[in-house]
Amino acid sequence: MNSQTFNKLTPYMFMAPAVIIMAIALLYPLGYMVYGSFRDWDPSQSISETEFVGFKNYITLFFDPAFRESLSVTLIFAFTVVIAEMVIGVGLALLLDRNIRGMSVLRTLFILPMMIAPVVVGLMWRYMYHPTVGTFNRTLKSWGFEGVDWLGQHALLSVIIADIWQWTPFIFILALAALQSLPRSALEAARIDGATGWQQIIYIKLPLMMPVLIVTALLRLIDAFKVLEVILVMTEGGPGLSTEIVALRISRTATEFRELGTAAAMSNYLLILLLFFTLAMFAFTRLQEARAARLARQVQEEG
Amino acid sequence: MFTFENVYKIMNLGSAVESMPKIRLDKLIKRYGAVQVLHGIDLEMDEDEFTVLVGPSGCGKSTTLRMIAGLESVSDGEIYINDKPVSHLEPKDRGLAMVFQDYALYPHMDVARNISFALRLQKRPKAEIDAKVREVAATVGLSEFLHRKPGALSGGQRQRVAMARALAKDSDIFLFDEPLSNLDAKLRGQMRAELGVMRQNVHKNMIYVTHDQIEAMTLADRIVVMHGGYIQQQGKPEELFKRPANKFVAGFLGSPPMNFLDAELKSDGDQLFAAGDGFKLAVPSELAATLGETAGAVTLGIRPSDLNYDPDAADDVALDLRVTVSEYIGAQSVLMCACGGASVTVELKSETPIALGETLRFAVRPEGIHLFDRKTEKAL
Repeated sequence: MNSQTFNKLTPYMFMAPAVIIMAIALLYPLGYMVYGSFRDWDPSQSISETEFVGFKNYITLFFDPAFRESLSVTLIFAFTVVIAEMVIGVGLALLLDRNIRGMSVLRTLFILPMMIAPVVVGLMWRYMYHPTVGTFNRTLKSWGFEGVDWLGQHALLSVIIADIWQWTPFIFILALAALQSLPRSALEAARIDGATGWQQIIYIKLPLMMPVLIVTALLRLIDAFKVLEVILVMTEGGPGLSTEIVALRISRTATEFRELGTAAAMSNYLLILLLFFTLAMFAFTRLQEARAARLARQVQEEG
Repeated sequence: MFTFENVYKIMNLGSAVESMPKIRLDKLIKRYGAVQVLHGIDLEMDEDEFTVLVGPSGCGKSTTLRMIAGLESVSDGEIYINDKPVSHLEPKDRGLAMVFQDYALYPHMDVARNISFALRLQKRPKAEIDAKVREVAATVGLSEFLHRKPGALSGGQRQRVAMARALAKDSDIFLFDEPLSNLDAKLRGQMRAELGVMRQNVHKNMIYVTHDQIEAMTLADRIVVMHGGYIQQQGKPEELFKRPANKFVAGFLGSPPMNFLDAELKSDGDQLFAAGDGFKLAVPSELAATLGETAGAVTLGIRPSDLNYDPDAADDVALDLRVTVSEYIGAQSVLMCACGGASVTVELKSETPIALGETLRFAVRPEGIHLFDRKTEKAL
C-alpha cells in the first residue's frame, strides 16, 4: 500500500470503531425488527423457524380498528401535549426573561419535573389522581365540589396533564435560551420605535425565536410519540383503549398477545411516522442554512 | 468690518437669546448597585444643535445617551425635553430616534419593513408609509435594496438602513451611539462625510456618542468631553482644541496627542520661563499676565502641530529633540523624540533628511504653549 492511499484511508480507520458499534447497536436490531415484521413469529420460536408472511402483518394492522384507535389516541395525545407545552413553555419564558431577585432559583424549580424519572412521575400522578385519597379529589371535596373520576372518565386528559407538567420545562429552558440570545439592541430599537410589550413579543421576539421553537416542537413531538412509562404506570392504557398509545400497544402485543411479527410491524409504522417528522426537522434546518449561505454569497458577490 | 466670523457670532448670539434649550440634563446621576458611574451631569443642548459626547471607554458617554433614550433608568437628577421632565417616560413616549452601534436592525424584516416599523406601529395609512419609505430610502441611497433582508447587506448598507429607520420616524431628536465604529476605516470616513451632509439638511437636535475625537471634531456644534463619569469640558470644537480646560481634554483632542513635559516656572528679570530637563522656554507675556502668583511646578503642554523644525531658532523658543523612532506615514513622518527624560512627538515633512539619534531643534509657536497645574491638572 503506498502512502497516499494509506493517508486517504486514515480517517476511515479512525471512524471504524464508532461505525462498528453503531452498526451493532443500532442497525442490527433495526434490521432484525424489519425482518421480523414480515414473519409470523411467536416468542417461543427462534426467528429461523418462523414463516414468511409478506405484508400480512402490515395489512392486518392497517384494517385493525384497535390499532387505528391506538394510533389516533397517540396523535391526539402528541399534538395536544406539544401545543399546550409550547404555549405554556414559551409563555413562561417570556414572563421570566428578566432580572429579578431569586430568578435563578425560580428557573431551577421550573425545570425540576424534567429531571424526575418517568416511572416516578407516573406513580406520583397516579396517587394524586386517586379517586378517594388523591390530592386533587380531597382538595375538591374540601372545597365542597364533587370529586372527578380522573383516571376513569377523563383518563386521556389526565395523562395529558401529567405529560404537560413534566415536559413544559424542556420547552421553557430552550425558549428562554433562545430569548436570551436575541439581539438586545434590536429589542431596544423596537422600544424606541414605539413597540409596546405585546408588540415586541409579536413582531420581534417570536419571529426571531421561531427557528429554535420549530426545532423544539419537532423534538418534543418525536418524543411524545414514544411516550410509554408514565401512561403505563398511570392507566396501563385503560380504561378500554382510551389511553392506549402505540408504544404501549406494541409492548402489549409482544408480551401479552405474543405476536412478535405484528409488534415489529407496528414499530415500523411508528418508525415511519417519526422518520417523517425527523426528516421534516432536517429539511427545516437545511433550508435555514441554505438561506443564510445564499445571503452571505449575495453580499460577497457584490463585494 | 464684515467677516464670516462676525456673522457667525451674531447668529449664534441671536439664536441663544431666542430659543429655549431643547434638552437639558439636570444633575444626572447613574448608579449600578454601589458603583456610581455618572456623577451629576449638567448639560444643555440648544435647538437644532449637534452635540457630541466624546471620551474614552467607560467614561459614561453611552450611559448618558441611553438614559436620554430611556433605555437606562435615571438614578437621580432629571432629563428635560422642551422643559418637560421625561425620566419617568418609556422610550417610545420621548419622541426620539436612535442609531445603534451594531445597527440593531430587525433581522427577519426586509429593508422596507425595517424602515417602516415605527410607522406601521403608529397605524399610518399604507400609501403614506410607502411614500415615506421610498423618500427616505432614496435619501440614503437604498432604493434598490428595499426587499433585501439585513443579512444580505454589507456593513455600510446596514448602517444606512439604521440611519433611514431613524429618519423615517420624523422625530425631533436623533441619538447616535457610536454609529460608525463597526465600519472599516475607509467606509467610516465616507459615512462621516455623508453624516456631515445630512447634518446640513436635517435640522434636528442630534446627540452623538463616539470615542473617536476626529468624528467629534468634524461633526460637532458642541463637544462634550467626558471622563470618569464627569464632564471635563464642553464647547465648540475649536474652543476645546485651543483652550483645553485641563490636561485630560488637552491630551484627548488632537492627533497625534499633545506632548506633556514637567517644568518649573521661573522669573528672570521681566521674563517668565518654563524650564525643565533640557529646555527653558519663554512664557508669552499674555499667558504670563494671567498666571499671577502660581506655584513653580507645572506641566507644559505642546501639540506636535505647534512644533516646527527650525535649526536657527533662539534658545528660549525652541526644544532640542533627539530622534528615537521615525514613523513614515506618507507626506508626513511622525517622530518620537527624547527631550531630557521625557518623550515628545513631532511631525515633520518626510523629505527633511534626518537620521535616528540626531538632535534637531524645533521652534515652539508661542500660542502653542499650554500650562497645567501639576496637582489639579487644570489649565493655568
